[in-house]
Amino acid sequence: MTTFIARRMVAAVVILFLVSLITFAIFFLVPRLAGASADDLASRYVGKSASAEQVHQRAEQLGFTDPVLTQYADFVKGVFAGREYDLGGPEPLDCPAPCLGFSFIDQDPVLPDLIDRLPVTLSLAAGAAVVWVLVGVGVGVLSALRRGTVFDRAAMAVALAGVSLPVFFTGLLALSVFSYTLDIFPPGGSFTPITENPFDWAYSLVLPWVTLAFLYAAGYARLTRAGMLETMNEDYIRTARAKGLAERTVVLKHALRSTLTPVLTIFGLDLGLLIGGAILTESTFSLPGLGTYTVQAISSNDLPKVLGVTMLAATFVVIANLVVDILYAVIDPRVRL
Amino acid sequence: MRRRRTVGAVAAAAALAVGLAACGGGDSSSDESDGNGGSEPAFSAATEGIVNPSDAKGGTLRYANEGEWDSLDPGDTYYGYSWNFANAYYARKLVTFKNAPGAEGGTVVPDLATSLGESSDDAKTWTYTLKDGVKFEDGTAITSADIKYAVERSLDKETFPHGPTYFNDFLDGVKDGFSVYKGDTLDSIETPDDKTIVFHLNQPFSGFDYFAGLPATAPVPKDSDTGSKYKNEVVSSGPYKFSDVQDGKSYTLVRNDQWDPATDQVRPALPDQIEVALNVQKEDLDQRLMSGDLDVAVTQLGVGSAARAQVLADPEQKKLADSAPINRTWFTSINSEVAPFDKLECRQAVIYAADRTGYQTAFGGEIGGGDVATALLPQTIPGTTKIDPYPVSAPTGDEAKAKEALAACGQPNGFETSYSFRAERPAEKAAAESMQQSLAKVGIKVTLKPYPQDDYFSLYAGKPSFAKKEGLGLMANGWAADWPDGYGFLAQLVDSRVIRETGGASNLSVRDPEIDKMIDAAVNETDETKRQQAWADIDAKTMEGAWVYPGVWAKVLLYRPETLTNVYVSSGYDGYDYAALGVAQD
Amino acid sequence: MTEVLDESAPAGADPKRPFLEVRDLRIHFPTDDGLVKSVDGLSFSLERGRTLGIVGESGSGKSVSSMGIMGLHRTTNARISGEIWLDGDELVGASADFVRRLRGRKMAMIFQDPLSSLHPYYKVGAQIIEAYRLYNDVSKKAARQHAIDLLGRVGIPEPTSRVDDYPHQFSGGMRQRAMIAMALACDPELLIADEPTTALDVTVQAGILELIRSLQQEFNSAVIMITHDLGVIAEVADDVLVMYGGKAVEHAPVRDIFKAPEHPYTWGLLSSMPRMDRARAERLLPVPGSPPSLINLPSGCAFNPRCRYDERTDGLALTEVPELRQAPGKPGHSVACHLPAELRRKIFSEEVSPRL
Repeated sequence: MTTFIARRMVAAVVILFLVSLITFAIFFLVPRLAGASADDLASRYVGKSASAEQVHQRAEQLGFTDPVLTQYADFVKGVFAGREYDLGGPEPLDCPAPCLGFSFIDQDPVLPDLIDRLPVTLSLAAGAAVVWVLVGVGVGVLSALRRGTVFDRAAMAVALAGVSLPVFFTGLLALSVFSYTLDIFPPGGSFTPITENPFDWAYSLVLPWVTLAFLYAAGYARLTRAGMLETMNEDYIRTARAKGLAERTVVLKHALRSTLTPVLTIFGLDLGLLIGGAILTESTFSLPGLGTYTVQAISSNDLPKVLGVTMLAATFVVIANLVVDILYAVIDPRVRL
Repeated sequence: MRRRRTVGAVAAAAALAVGLAACGGGDSSSDESDGNGGSEPAFSAATEGIVNPSDAKGGTLRYANEGEWDSLDPGDTYYGYSWNFANAYYARKLVTFKNAPGAEGGTVVPDLATSLGESSDDAKTWTYTLKDGVKFEDGTAITSADIKYAVERSLDKETFPHGPTYFNDFLDGVKDGFSVYKGDTLDSIETPDDKTIVFHLNQPFSGFDYFAGLPATAPVPKDSDTGSKYKNEVVSSGPYKFSDVQDGKSYTLVRNDQWDPATDQVRPALPDQIEVALNVQKEDLDQRLMSGDLDVAVTQLGVGSAARAQVLADPEQKKLADSAPINRTWFTSINSEVAPFDKLECRQAVIYAADRTGYQTAFGGEIGGGDVATALLPQTIPGTTKIDPYPVSAPTGDEAKAKEALAACGQPNGFETSYSFRAERPAEKAAAESMQQSLAKVGIKVTLKPYPQDDYFSLYAGKPSFAKKEGLGLMANGWAADWPDGYGFLAQLVDSRVIRETGGASNLSVRDPEIDKMIDAAVNETDETKRQQAWADIDAKTMEGAWVYPGVWAKVLLYRPETLTNVYVSSGYDGYDYAALGVAQD
Repeated sequence: MTEVLDESAPAGADPKRPFLEVRDLRIHFPTDDGLVKSVDGLSFSLERGRTLGIVGESGSGKSVSSMGIMGLHRTTNARISGEIWLDGDELVGASADFVRRLRGRKMAMIFQDPLSSLHPYYKVGAQIIEAYRLYNDVSKKAARQHAIDLLGRVGIPEPTSRVDDYPHQFSGGMRQRAMIAMALACDPELLIADEPTTALDVTVQAGILELIRSLQQEFNSAVIMITHDLGVIAEVADDVLVMYGGKAVEHAPVRDIFKAPEHPYTWGLLSSMPRMDRARAERLLPVPGSPPSLINLPSGCAFNPRCRYDERTDGLALTEVPELRQAPGKPGHSVACHLPAELRRKIFSEEVSPRL
């Protein structure tokens, strides 16, 4: 187990390194290959009325005039040793290690922004995950046990809708009904840190949770239902019944545990990739998390921010994969790490 | 150009005349404007007068922004709403726009200064004297040195890339790369004593008061200046100060007890607190506005398409909305560097053939889109009278006149050309398609070429070599004035000398040395009436040369919840005047 | 019907009723293709301390009927009728919960494939403990000790450590022993072993059978041994029930089945059984044809399409379903065949027996 984790940690570092290399190449090398000069790139980060000299100066300050490989080396160096940017102003701007990039627009290090916004996205993700796993798995189990009944058919129809409807539609619908019309839940943009008031925290996030969870719960319900139907035909389920266990125990203890293995795999990956799902949800509900941060970064062409978010997202995916692998071994003793 | 993502509303020309008459010619030295009286809530009522007039203080005024500020630093911002917001709450300037509805709101009145600028030396020297009792939020008195420093630091475009460059261009002796942080100082701003500030220009400029009203003249205490970080810790000179700045999330302002209302004639300062939520999803923002969870959509871009339908369909909602004309024109540049547009008649053929209604529809129709334009200058700009140099037989285009013009320029069977627009903007795309269809009727075949908006001016349409190489004969364009006068609107738009080979200019097509001369003359003209006429002549001259097809004089649909008091559209800010707004007290 | 009522009303108190009695058991499954009559009119009885072997091909209904006794068809859409009396209680009409409470305690079952029948995610010990604690209110520690004892008793070496192993860490034979330990956790009075040795090595088989037999003697349980392997039957059974097409075709003491079987299908089974003491060429004459469809049983005797002797029944084999009747002169031996008893015995002794 220890060697497995150590091995995976090394692999994770290598993967993150590759992700950073590829992302960096996409943002800094591809435009150059497409014919944009260093000054063309820099022209986005100076005032509209800047002269050619000013543009060129900014290009030099941001390092665009260096070979892309040198820029990447500087980036990696920044991660470990920090960097300084001299963009004019009273003194050079500091980006202390680990410098995960320095916003060209805000002229601020990216990492504190990410750390600042992480709790929002984590709150959204964690709450939504709890909702969708409970609801998705619950509905899936009930559907499987009552296969062919009205409940099953209705649940699967709703699940299909959940998979097909985009978040910005369900989100706006939820806001429109539960916030603007019925005034049960707060409108978009409400977020209270859990450290401040746990009740307000949950209350302000109910709609985003449910909206995001709706998207995922549907898939989990279908997955659980299919897995459950398969598991309920397993010989060991018959054994459990033959022991005289109550049906409830048979389902919840014996069948569900096997069914959850594939669900867990998907869950880990989904959780890691949730920054993607969070983009739409956070935008729809105007939550100040990493999703909206990404949208802003992209729309303002602030490449270091995009790079930073990408790195963070990649880290999540890698960690999620690692955790899934470990949990897999915990759930299924046949898997040995 | 002020980058107006924001669109505000200004009184229509007709309403202007009424308004001006009502308040006796708009004497800028008069006190609080009450000439327009109060208006009951009705559709577009705030474009004609004050809705819910009130002087009740208290409450929290809630703003929301679908995006975020370029910067809160008064020396580094170029959004119209940002200028409006800074002026209203934390940035007092030498002069500012009058606290009044409609066109009167576009007149300049003293703020920190005791009077408007006194010019000498043929409008090359401008002098202002500060009021007594004006203080920063920490209680320190504001001196002329603080204003000089504020203007000087804003000249450093490396540290402050966002703001306009008027001071760089007009102050005498500003070298390239000027930076207070490198020890540079400027001799062309003098502060003979703590109350007096003198600006020396490198050329006569009669409209300098507009410069003195730029946010960059808001004083900055040198000791508190942290360069590009100052935007998060701005020291207030206005009635409110920042109590909380959360980058990308929210701002909160509370009353500044060092601000003395006796020194301030433009800010009633009604609310107790100002809150701003950033990055609020557009549809959500509109809904919250309509449900009363928000008071103002700060960018004043107008409500989104879903909310627009909702507002216009419901009479109860509609009377809370204003269809406000603004100082913005959507148009198409006609590039004389791409044959056969080098010939005047070929350019004129485009103007005749264009489907004017189609172009208007593309931008959203009359409400929310705007009026069909027949020249560049928006009708909201003082001194502008409507001209129509190319009358057509039908608003959908005049084929006969267009064919006549084509024959005259030696292209009786038409020709082929390309039309560029910003890919991210559906309205520009729709307008391009409308042009494509109407021009096809007279034999002009148009190929549509979308380009990314971020680099539209710097790398594509705005780069002359690129435009020529790609044969961009027609190029979508749009422009908004930095302030409501001819200079603010036309200077960057029709002066051929702003066109640079390296790209980035907003003038994409007007290349007429005569117009350049006329601009120089207008800039030097000190008489206001004559100056207004000079700019109107420049507009007419531009149309005469058929350098552009003027499309739409823009309007936006603004929404003012019943929670708001003292609401009016000011042409000074192209939208509601934030300084006046209050919150209804139950 | 009154007869049935009269009989069943006081039945619970009837001291003469056997420990297990199955009467006219029918288990039918409606499917899209038609009604599958997996068990169709099965009757037998069994006393404690005795072992009944049920033989038949796949699909003959032997497993379905045992599952029926256990009440394991209740969660499916099976239609069940008839009567199952276990120690004075009727099970077919009883509530699901009542039957469930008998499972594991009064009756237990050992399944064919111990790997798939044990839960792969739970420790062997935990699965035994779970069964034990269900009916015995003891501490976890005591239950664990009980599990270790059981594992030791079924012949698992070092049970103290193996109790914490997962099923996949056991060999096939050990898994089956563990299954048995689990089935025996609550000292069941009826043990149903469904092909307990089929998935196992031949060398392991004998050990498992020996184990079941010794445990039966120890607990004085009734055992139903379901198998298609007559070798197993010979080893452990006291009585044998031969099933074909969902019905019993022959029911006799084990000696009679091997020495004087009366049903042609039993003859077929016997002749397909490998015998080391015979010459090679004569060995293994499988029953020709394949098992009948349970949806459309052949008319008359279900075995008639595969029976070599059906022409000697005056056509009855094709028209009439034979009833299970006592073979003349042989108490405890019944058979369902249209061939006259004399003829059957003659055919066996002259045509079949020499080839066995």
